[in-house]
Amino acid sequence: MRPYTDQAVSPSAGDAAADRPGAVPAAAGRPGDTGRRRAVRSRRYRWDMKYSPYAFVAPFFVFFAAFGVFPLLYTGWSSLHRVSLSAPNDMQWVGLHNYTRLLEDEFFWNALRNTFTIGIISTVPQLLMALGIAHLLNYRLRASGFFRVAILTPYATSVAAATLVFVLLFGRDYGMINWVLDAVGLGKVDWQSGTLSSQVAVSSIVIWRWTGYNALIYLAAMQAVPNDLYESAALDGATRWQQFLHVTIPSLRPTILFTVVVSTIGATQLFGEPLLFGGAGGQKGGASHQFQTLGLYLYEQGWFNFHLGRASAIAWAMFLILLIVAGIHLLVARRLRKSQ
Amino acid sequence: MTKLTRVRAGRHLHGGPLTYAVLIVFTAGSLFPLVWTAIAASRNSTRLSQTPPPFWFGGNLFKNLQTAWTDANMGLALLNTAVVAGSIALGTVLFSTLAGFAFAKLRFRFKNLLMLLVIATMMVPPQLSVVPLFMTIAELEWTDQLQAVILPTLVSAFGVFFMRQYLVQALPGELIEAARMDGASSLRIVWHIVFPAARPAMAVLGMLTFVAAWNDFFWPIIALTQDNPTVQVALANLGQGFVPDQSVVMAGALLGTLPLLLAFTLFGRQIVGGIMQGAVKG
Repeated sequence: MRPYTDQAVSPSAGDAAADRPGAVPAAAGRPGDTGRRRAVRSRRYRWDMKYSPYAFVAPFFVFFAAFGVFPLLYTGWSSLHRVSLSAPNDMQWVGLHNYTRLLEDEFFWNALRNTFTIGIISTVPQLLMALGIAHLLNYRLRASGFFRVAILTPYATSVAAATLVFVLLFGRDYGMINWVLDAVGLGKVDWQSGTLSSQVAVSSIVIWRWTGYNALIYLAAMQAVPNDLYESAALDGATRWQQFLHVTIPSLRPTILFTVVVSTIGATQLFGEPLLFGGAGGQKGGASHQFQTLGLYLYEQGWFNFHLGRASAIAWAMFLILLIVAGIHLLVARRLRKSQ
Repeated sequence: MTKLTRVRAGRHLHGGPLTYAVLIVFTAGSLFPLVWTAIAASRNSTRLSQTPPPFWFGGNLFKNLQTAWTDANMGLALLNTAVVAGSIALGTVLFSTLAGFAFAKLRFRFKNLLMLLVIATMMVPPQLSVVPLFMTIAELEWTDQLQAVILPTLVSAFGVFFMRQYLVQALPGELIEAARMDGASSLRIVWHIVFPAARPAMAVLGMLTFVAAWNDFFWPIIALTQDNPTVQVALANLGQGFVPDQSVVMAGALLGTLPLLLAFTLFGRQIVGGIMQGAVKG
């Protein structure tokens, strides 16, 4: 950060003026040697104006074309082939076979179902809790700075590190969570092998990592709500809860929609949590694939069963799901705008 | 006197004891798994296979950290991750600022169309590109080399969007016009006007990108192996039985998280501010 600090904005203008007399209109119409120099300079100026914007956006688009667009399309192309991981450049055309096979594949439907249920179990409580926490943080508080940083620390913890800890906490025999459940008389839960229990455990990692982050996003939106709204609601005798329900929530609609979309995208791609929650052989998502998500299934097909073509087809299926999500988002957003 | 008639409402209300109680419980829940990582890392595997689980620190922390450092390749992993996350943060900040400036303040053809393209690309998930990327690095023999994980993430659509939103309002158009009148080239304008004006947003974007790159998981575990890992690759291998001792696994998790936690204690407020600032505009 240091190097720029002393360069305020004005010196540059002054020092540019010193060694370069106007390249702009004033240059026109003067005869002689300096005139030609000025012409060169103004041509350079025109080029600069015309092409430098493209130069500035070029790095982004070059990298994006190479590592975004091309792979996206090529994934589509390889999904129409039989490709093995052991010889990735030897592709055999199979048409839509990978897709039709996917439709009959019970593991694909299982993964789709798991992705959906884990998505619901992780997103809904997460966003509701985030709303509540944001509401509390929006009061005048002591140590509000501390609370904000502290609830964001899970966001600094990587998926891998977080999951490794949660695996121990959710351990069947010696885990902290079962110890507590046992102590209060609820009995131990087999967090690995049950379908619902394992999905709850995987979701809890997602919830732990992202609730604080979303709370801060809601808090930012809440602080942008004009306080007059609360004041007039309070004058009308609205309780705190009613103010939350009738002032805060309606004002936050666009933000809530935004977080729902972001969380849905994240849930569709869920990968690291179930992989590492499964320990060794985690790509299966549990002994009976009870928490295998689409991302995991793609990984298993491509990098354990060596079917890169099938993996590509799964990737495009995920893309399709995201497009549907985006479509629903646009519809809901338009409806919201109309209703306001 | 007006003070008396003014109603206290909304964010001018003070939080009650219940507010503090809930916030403290929630904060404790946020911090507990991290604290317990350190506790478990300071024990040994026998102690972790007993009930009740340990609630306080034992004496094996340094021994376990050392084992994780050597056996799980965490030393190299930390160095690699610093290089990878640093390069990605630098590249993203630089390219995003340039593109963001062009989109915010310059006129050129197809500008709106290109901006729309940037926004649309924010949605493309990484899964859609892994297969061709894998083929590419296999062809180039880049497996296990750091550029395989740096180059694909060197630019970010979110970054371009973020910088554009910031520069639209933070950079006065007259300033650029004045500099042009004085004959400054676009490059000089970028260096002497845009960068200084964009510095706060560049810092925020840099920190957010660094955190995201540090924690990136999906592509690195495909492109890299235990021989030349990033932190996340090393942790993934730890979690899949590379080292059987659970207290060493926890020591690895602790080592891989500590640098970011340290950064959070130093720059926590700025990071919080950056996320909240991004949220209002996003």
